Amino acid sequence: MSIEVKNITKRFGSFVALDNVSLEIPTGELVALLGPSGCGKTTLLRIIAGMESLDEGQVLFHGEEATHVEARERNVGFVFQHYALFRHMSVFENVAFGLRVKPRAQRPSEAAIRDKVMSLLKLVQLDWLAERYPSQLSGGQRQRIALARALAVEPKVLLLDEPFGALDTQVRKELRRWLRRLHDEMHIASVFVTHDQEEALEVADRVVVMNKGHIEQMGTPDEVYTAPATPFVYKFLGNVNVFHSRLKGPWAKVEQPEGDGKGEGGSTAFVRPHEIDILREQREHALAATVQHVQAIGPLVRVELTHESEIIEVELTRDRHLELQLNAGDQVWLLPKQVTVFASAKAEPQRWAPDWVI
Amino acid sequence: MKVRRAAAETPAVRWTLTAIGVGFLIFFLGLPLIAVFVEAFRSGWAPYWEALQEKDTLHAVGLTVLVAVVVLPFNIAFGVAAAWAIAKFEFWGKSLLTTLIDLPFAVSPVVAGLLFILIFGANGWMGPLLQSHDIKIIFALPGMIIATLFITFPYIARELIPLMQAQGREEEEAAVSLGATGFQMFWRVTLPNIKWGLLYGVILANARAMGEFGAVSVVSGHIRGETNTLPLHVEILYNEYNSVGAFAAASVLALLALVTLIAKTIVEWRMAKETEMLNAALPTEKTAS
Repeated sequence: MSIEVKNITKRFGSFVALDNVSLEIPTGELVALLGPSGCGKTTLLRIIAGMESLDEGQVLFHGEEATHVEARERNVGFVFQHYALFRHMSVFENVAFGLRVKPRAQRPSEAAIRDKVMSLLKLVQLDWLAERYPSQLSGGQRQRIALARALAVEPKVLLLDEPFGALDTQVRKELRRWLRRLHDEMHIASVFVTHDQEEALEVADRVVVMNKGHIEQMGTPDEVYTAPATPFVYKFLGNVNVFHSRLKGPWAKVEQPEGDGKGEGGSTAFVRPHEIDILREQREHALAATVQHVQAIGPLVRVELTHESEIIEVELTRDRHLELQLNAGDQVWLLPKQVTVFASAKAEPQRWAPDWVI
Repeated sequence: MKVRRAAAETPAVRWTLTAIGVGFLIFFLGLPLIAVFVEAFRSGWAPYWEALQEKDTLHAVGLTVLVAVVVLPFNIAFGVAAAWAIAKFEFWGKSLLTTLIDLPFAVSPVVAGLLFILIFGANGWMGPLLQSHDIKIIFALPGMIIATLFITFPYIARELIPLMQAQGREEEEAAVSLGATGFQMFWRVTLPNIKWGLLYGVILANARAMGEFGAVSVVSGHIRGETNTLPLHVEILYNEYNSVGAFAAASVLALLALVTLIAKTIVEWRMAKETEMLNAALPTEKTAS
């Protein structure tokens, strides 16, 4: 079932949590709502689930008006960050809950409930824990049970609120992959909320980046990472070096890519750390910088440099680092491979690959 | 040289503090309890048993139980509703309601009794109306029930509010998203989660309902064999120099208190276990990001 939200506005007192947000999620798609805390992503998810009221706008399920349908009638599977398992019920009873509360006419027989619950527990590979209580499970196990519970009522939409936020890195990675597989098998629309960009980029078909109650950008993980639509997205997804209003010096052209700008104060240039090359010898347009710190992190080597008072971060491959043999205090020159310029915070980005690139 | 932790007291200080604590307990709690039973059995078993068989005493026991039995269901309903509203919803006037729930703790029971006389008494606000319909509240059972309700109101709500706040709303939201109706949610999720806290509150409220003297004394009118609860009856017997009768009746109340204490301890123990489960149910893993 597809989900559509149209022009949703939600206020808490004078705080605007969502400001005229519209979004469409077709069946079969796994969408990530990504943003910093307080950006309204959880509120949007709760509005879709019917757990939160909205001030203006519409929620449509499969093209049908669902704005005022009660949460219990929306047929939405909801997974909470802190699992929200019924702590006084066994794992089996937790998963069976959605079936047991069905109206008598629709309620499956005890044997059918048993089969359904056990098959779901097998699906999440925890059938051996059926008689345990939530308090006896690890976090990852609890979240898998919570998912099985949500799936028991065969929801048409699966909503997950920071589902892996409370888990450690190893478990998270495993559950992410597992969620992706599960989603592909179910053929439903799924939305998950996260503040972890890596998680969003890795799992989702489409990423919706939110900030301060509105959507900054929607697109495939690759789109939002390689072609951020706003300065916020640039900064939120991955590391970036920001150059404010550079009018003079070697990178002056950054300011006026087409030579038409008069150098407004608000314009900024963004360069990702891996899009900068370090040179040992001076070259035209290259920026002089001093190496402050070199640190190898996994497959990359992170170099921190200063140009005048600015700090610039550069990521090199290990091979490149071996060639350069950088040490703190070295005088080097920097050349960007790609620069994105925003004339102002709201302006269209201008991507610009300098012609001097090697 | 003996090494002592910086924060540790000397044995002398520890012993003194313990002695003061134990001494206080024996003198103010233990001795009176023993005295009640010693006085009750001063003339032996037979007079004690006879005193308990006395018609008015039996009636007082019955009335005390009746008041408690009527009051507790109301208290449970009000207490759960108020705690639920305060713990799980945001609404205008919430802090006022929270304060009002504590009012019976703050007001002297005698004053509370007088308040009800002012409202329902013959010369009170509603007196003429009640009289014209021949309804008797003051100096009758309804007045005693109302006064006891007022006095015992905070116990259950007070017990449940922090518990429900700690549990949050997520489990209930999960129940609703799984298709549960409001009633199913309450019955299958909310109630099982608060049952020990609720029982604890009921035990405290019950103890207070049976033991209440001041407020009930004011509204009861002390009609012997009619509106005398056990605590009031004890006073009357004592004032009549019927020491065995008074202490025999008091011993029933004391026994009741002991039963309450035992029940309370068992429930507390169960609650501690539940809290352990609650804490264990909270996420233990933390993310690095």
